[in-house]
Amino acid sequence: MLRIKNNQSVSLEKIEILNYYSFSIQAIELLTQEQNHCVAYFTFIQGTNLQFLMAIADDKNHDIVILSHQLNKNDKKELSALSQSVFALHIFEREIHENFGVEFKNHPWLKPVRFPQNRANKNLQINDYPFYSIKSSELHEIGVGPIHAGIIEPGHFRFICNGETTLHLEIQLGYQHRGVEQLFLDKKQNLQRNLLAENIAGDTVIGHTCTFTQIMESLSDTEISEQLCVERALALELERIAINTGDISALCTDAAYLLGSSVFATLRTLIINFMQLWCGNRFGKSLVRINGSHFPFTEALKQELQTVLLAFETQFEEMVRLTYRLPSIQNRFDFSGIITHKQAHLIGTVGPSARMSGIMRDIRVSHPNLAYQKFPYETLTVDKGDVFARFLLKKRDLRKSIAWIRTVLDNCKFETTKNNKPTYNLNLKPHHFTISLTEAWRGEICHCALTDKDGALQHYKITDPSMHNWKALELSMRNTEISDFPINNKSYDLSYCGHDL
Amino acid sequence: MRRELNILIHNGNQYIPDLKNVSLKPPFRGLPEISTVKVDEKALVEICPLGAITANPISLDMGKCAFCGSCAFAFPDKIKFTTNYKTSSNIRERLIIKEGQHDKILIDQDSIPKVIKNTFSKSLKLRQISAGGDNSCETELSAASNANFDMGRYGIEFTASPRHADGIVITGPITKNMASQLLMAYNAIPDPKIVVLCGVDAISGGVFADSKAIDRNVLNELKLDLFIPGNPPHPLTFINAILDFTR
Repeated sequence: MLRIKNNQSVSLEKIEILNYYSFSIQAIELLTQEQNHCVAYFTFIQGTNLQFLMAIADDKNHDIVILSHQLNKNDKKELSALSQSVFALHIFEREIHENFGVEFKNHPWLKPVRFPQNRANKNLQINDYPFYSIKSSELHEIGVGPIHAGIIEPGHFRFICNGETTLHLEIQLGYQHRGVEQLFLDKKQNLQRNLLAENIAGDTVIGHTCTFTQIMESLSDTEISEQLCVERALALELERIAINTGDISALCTDAAYLLGSSVFATLRTLIINFMQLWCGNRFGKSLVRINGSHFPFTEALKQELQTVLLAFETQFEEMVRLTYRLPSIQNRFDFSGIITHKQAHLIGTVGPSARMSGIMRDIRVSHPNLAYQKFPYETLTVDKGDVFARFLLKKRDLRKSIAWIRTVLDNCKFETTKNNKPTYNLNLKPHHFTISLTEAWRGEICHCALTDKDGALQHYKITDPSMHNWKALELSMRNTEISDFPINNKSYDLSYCGHDL
Repeated sequence: MRRELNILIHNGNQYIPDLKNVSLKPPFRGLPEISTVKVDEKALVEICPLGAITANPISLDMGKCAFCGSCAFAFPDKIKFTTNYKTSSNIRERLIIKEGQHDKILIDQDSIPKVIKNTFSKSLKLRQISAGGDNSCETELSAASNANFDMGRYGIEFTASPRHADGIVITGPITKNMASQLLMAYNAIPDPKIVVLCGVDAISGGVFADSKAIDRNVLNELKLDLFIPGNPPHPLTFINAILDFTR
């Protein structure tokens, strides 16, 4: 069984091609243990065959198992579904079915995922999505979207309700599909690809660019400097702090608590304005580049960041003391939208969406990259799995991030002489596969890349944490009042464009 | 109650008093300036990942520019991004900055129909549609209404329903899967109405311009009123563009 480390590239010949039977046995055996979860399962065209590749992250051994099988040109495009045994794989099998027309027998429901432009069945249109429905004169359906009542990305939500209680929610996505994965192959310059990675999800710029650059650096055997590792991790934590603050603010808005809403929103400004001071963009676009940076972190920036964090923390803690004890907040958030430990494990949630149900899942701890190797990160979980648990986790995560940043700043001296300029002319190793995992604020981002015999990119695969987590929002809404949908939705804050790609 | 008051006192006044004259610090990249220094034009044109720079004379199209700064790093004597955040125009061609050009006024007041000034100068409600937007433009548009930028002081707000709106703000390169919904939302807005393209993706498709998954034909059916460059545009850029256009 091939086991590799995070960001390691491996020659394609080393990946053993199993028959589907032994592939299934091994995959199911691994994935039924709680320490393992599937980070990517995708298909690509290899010669005349369809090759399937599954990456399973092992949190205990800190490595990633790679399994593969093939369908030959003449084989019937039909396999028995692994989702029957490992439910978390349902979304991956649906995606493979949609892209390549492979039938998975006994799959619960092979629904379209995102209606991509290169889908196997072009007759299927986005308006024909087959919603689940229940025939009863006592139930009613509510359709919301794709355009929502606010400044938010598009997606369609279909509720089946009994009075005010939601029995079932189904989420249909795909409206944001821009063909990102195909563009990674179409664009030939690495600077263009770097820019593309920046625009996968504009709220997770650092997360996606860090993952992309590590892929390219690994494929070209480039060792990046220790200082660059620190800079990228700092940016990742700043992104996490900014978003968590913004989410806390938005949750206050949805609970009609205006003081919290305004104060947390302005606190977020402090952090993103620091990002602007660092790299000229409030979201960190143009900061992370392959093997170097145009915006080195300096001692002056370090001092500025320490001042900003101090100001942030004082105001934040004062507001937190009030907000988290408010009966009106607790009343709205407590016991709403519960996902149990068992459910979370079944769905295969990642990141904060897993940690809120007591699952310890954090790439910074289990497969550390960047500066998390030198400065270990201690992650935390909460157990209740409701909106309040997610609300609480955001606050605690944020405090951890600040503490971690302080440790790093105290132990690092930033010298501009150590900084490289970015390099875009890379020689990628031919016939290689590489995988990179990064813990961004939503959870693990996984990018996989394959090169052909000339060292050109042959396939690029992105798994955004939202891909794993949307199901959790659907299940959260079961037997929950429909008026609690906004707080549930915001407490997850999942990505539409990251899912639709 | 005492705690609430303390928080109010400690937070003080958060709003920026004069949104028209804020001095942003470098490395913020706003309106570009192109000098007349001679450089290797071919290399300069090729360095832009989005094809925003063209030769004869050297010019930079802000509608295609992601403000990544690659050109300015490679040719610091030729291209400089100033901190001027007023980069928007109601005329698409004015987003193209030519070498040696230093004028700062980008909005053409003469071509704005009188009905727009008469109707929207005191109150403007906008409906935002994301059609493949990456959520950075969307987040900045939300931020325009927060306590710092407080766009609401001018009577400019985002509404939930297109029926209540005076205009539409489009973000994203316009995906095939959203094109028909975008048109439906536009048609639901009563006349007179304005159409604002916000961000590089909306104006030109940005890095997604060549993708088969986007369909920009729907824009041919709309009258486009305002182009706001940026990736994403800063809230100050957005607010100033709307203010200059409507009053």
